[in-house]
Amino acid sequence: MTDKKDGCVKPSKGVITTTPVGEAPQPTMTKEVNMLQARVGKPAPDFELSAFFDGGFKNVRLSDHKGKWIVICFYPGDFTFV
Amino acid sequence: MGVEVLAISTDSRFSHKIWQEEELSKMVEGGVPFPLLSDQGGRVGTVYGVYDEDAGVDIRGRFIIDPDFNIRAMEVLTPEVGRNVSELIRQVQAFQHVVKTGEVTPSGWQPGKPTLTPGPDLAGKVWKEWKPDLAF
Repeated sequence: MTDKKDGCVKPSKGVITTTPVGEAPQPTMTKEVNMLQARVGKPAPDFELSAFFDGGFKNVRLSDHKGKWIVICFYPGDFTFV
Repeated sequence: MGVEVLAISTDSRFSHKIWQEEELSKMVEGGVPFPLLSDQGGRVGTVYGVYDEDAGVDIRGRFIIDPDFNIRAMEVLTPEVGRNVSELIRQVQAFQHVVKTGEVTPSGWQPGKPTLTPGPDLAGKVWKEWKPDLAF
């Protein structure tokens, strides 16, 4: 698949898991148990999302900033007022 | 402090562009100096425990990540109450101090206030080093 131009829809990888490929699934584990969850003192779940920055659109991956202090702020929506 | 900031909501990147150009640039000259990320579908918000499925939005959540890529702090609020930016800055300063010096920062620590050095000598002697009025 060729890399698409930045059209109306631009896929990003979303959550990126580091589970080794080919690792045998634990027999008693469900999909839910394997799910990544952010916790203090644990590695930050990695992700890539599309973004607006510096006048343009680009995909931003959290781990591209590894080695620096990072603050992530989730907020309910653009144009909100709190 | 040298901190990378990423802001994330479930809005599209197109909405982010208009918000930056039409509103944020009127609050901050040149607009906010960090990327606005689009978490449509709340996939990332779900993993960070901030995605409200009923409302379809990422609620107010803030995470401090250290250079080793570990989460050091998190704060999650329902949308009605805004954040306290000075407390965020204080926490970043405290974690940076801890990583740099190996000292620990007691309740209410601000840059310049006394720190503690953990170890057997301190056990039972915290009362000598730290008084409750330092918490405020």
